[in-house]
Amino acid sequence: MKAPQRYFDFEKDISGCGVFGVIDRKRNLIPGSMPISAMCSMHDRGNGLGGGFAAYGIYPHHADKYAFHIMADDQASLDAAETILKDHFNVHAAQPIPTRKVMAIKNPPIVWRYFVTTTGKRRPRWKELSEEDYVVAVVMFINKHTGAFVFSSGKNMGAFKGVGFPEDIADFFRLDEYSAYIWTGHNRFPTNTPGWWGGAHPFTILDWSIVHNGEISSYGINMRYLCEHDYECTLMTDTEVVAYLLDLLIRKHGLTKREASWVFAPPFWDEIDRMPEEQKRAFTALRMTYGSALLNGPFAILVADSNSLMGLNDRIKLRPLVAAEAGDMTFMSSEESSIRVVCPQLDKVFAPKAGEPFIVEVEA
Amino acid sequence: MEKRIIDAQGVYYRELNQQVREAAAAGTKSFEIVNVNGQRYIASALEGDIHFILRGVPGQDLAAFMRGPSIRVEGNAQDGVGNTMDEGHIAVNGMAGDVIGYAMRGGTIYVKEDVGYRVGIHMKAYKEKFPVIVAGGKAGDFLGEYMAGGAIILLGMFTGKPDAPIAGRTLGAGMHGGAIYIRGGVDERLLGPGLHAEPADQADMNLIKMHAQAFANEFALDAASILSQPFVRVKPFSHRPYGNMYVPT
Repeated sequence: MKAPQRYFDFEKDISGCGVFGVIDRKRNLIPGSMPISAMCSMHDRGNGLGGGFAAYGIYPHHADKYAFHIMADDQASLDAAETILKDHFNVHAAQPIPTRKVMAIKNPPIVWRYFVTTTGKRRPRWKELSEEDYVVAVVMFINKHTGAFVFSSGKNMGAFKGVGFPEDIADFFRLDEYSAYIWTGHNRFPTNTPGWWGGAHPFTILDWSIVHNGEISSYGINMRYLCEHDYECTLMTDTEVVAYLLDLLIRKHGLTKREASWVFAPPFWDEIDRMPEEQKRAFTALRMTYGSALLNGPFAILVADSNSLMGLNDRIKLRPLVAAEAGDMTFMSSEESSIRVVCPQLDKVFAPKAGEPFIVEVEA
Repeated sequence: MEKRIIDAQGVYYRELNQQVREAAAAGTKSFEIVNVNGQRYIASALEGDIHFILRGVPGQDLAAFMRGPSIRVEGNAQDGVGNTMDEGHIAVNGMAGDVIGYAMRGGTIYVKEDVGYRVGIHMKAYKEKFPVIVAGGKAGDFLGEYMAGGAIILLGMFTGKPDAPIAGRTLGAGMHGGAIYIRGGVDERLLGPGLHAEPADQADMNLIKMHAQAFANEFALDAASILSQPFVRVKPFSHRPYGNMYVPT
């Protein structure tokens, strides 16, 4: 092996992923300009090969319908996905997602959104599934069989993502025209995958969305475990598993967000050994039952659903995460400076403990 | 030469650092940078007797490889403060992030409040070079991991997490030089394998008193209250464990 010539004088790619999230506990709407500015300030954490946002509260006129955001390279793939939607749902509206021509965004896919409701007992297949499981099954079916990809499928929320810096992606999707009570954002590319539109963060299923700084090295076992539960990983990168694990553990198995966090980032065995007997048995059972859902590797993740924003680090804090509060808003980010860009005066700034979720719920 | 005031509002880090380097090369010895927010590498690799006041939140790797200057931060600091710094002084009038003083080989870093994970890992000392970190709040896991020299003094007094233990897990794991001093003691289960906490001796207390006084002066605190509790010392149980690996005695 030989060192590159002038090895001391090269422009190292110093990117390292940036995540930002904000929630307004009173559901006041926050304009898109805020998460965009925050992500802009962390431009150097990204590399232009991935950017995206998730927004909650953006479709109040269709709040009772599942909002399917679908991307496809060509019309035939989109048509195939649309046919599946029409076969499985009542489609109330279908429209291109509004976009702008942006110099930096080259060859974007076709992006459409569909507002759908389920068809009661008239289903072509999966008659035995609950409504949410049925929606999940349709998402998996489209992703696996059509060449189109569903990039969000929740109610009154949406993901917007692609190849580019987050500010370019925001410009492309005209996110300055949206307001939401929860926003998350991400820059840099999907782990271990060439940057591609489906692989950008956030990853979503139903109301869940996740942005992630790090690398899930347990992807293989997580993916196979999810496969046993009818979740098909098709997006070719690690973070996808977290979205589906959240849905499985919390929605289907009834774990709380705190308990799911113990599955993702469990206490060390020596800590379990020191617990009182009953607690020791509970944590041992949790680790044994959900060993295949443990997330190995470094992560700082921001998870949102329609009622909450949650930040979680791997248990030895291999990625940065800070939180801050100002009035009704709570922020979570890779860097404090990105929060101060959009909110210079903060009531409180702190770093959540590694492995312990910081969960902020909206008020009822 | 008089103080140079720079407004960093919206200024990209490269441009800001270029301004600083050019002014320093032209002889400016005193800087006040206002509206700092997230700019990386401020004062990195700068040498000589230069003083900075930074108002705001400086970005990653503040003062990396710095040799000589002194920096006062009026705000919180992010990750990587004093990465591999060689000489000089940094005072953060707030809290600081992860990996503070990584592989630091000289100079002092004072942080008034809490510090994050992996603070002071790989610190080293040689002859007159003796790096010291003082944190007024609490620390995360891996404090002083693989430490080879210098001192970390952890006070646990000015903290945003009153319920947390003073330090995280795996304190001093793999250390083979230097010492970590903890005000009021530490749960030994938090220490790295084979390490113990023992009372600080007179020589230790001399070092601690000197830095407690300087820390108190820096942040307008009472040194006597800092010294009102006993300190324990965590030091390595082996010295250069691999010293004979390649050159057997």
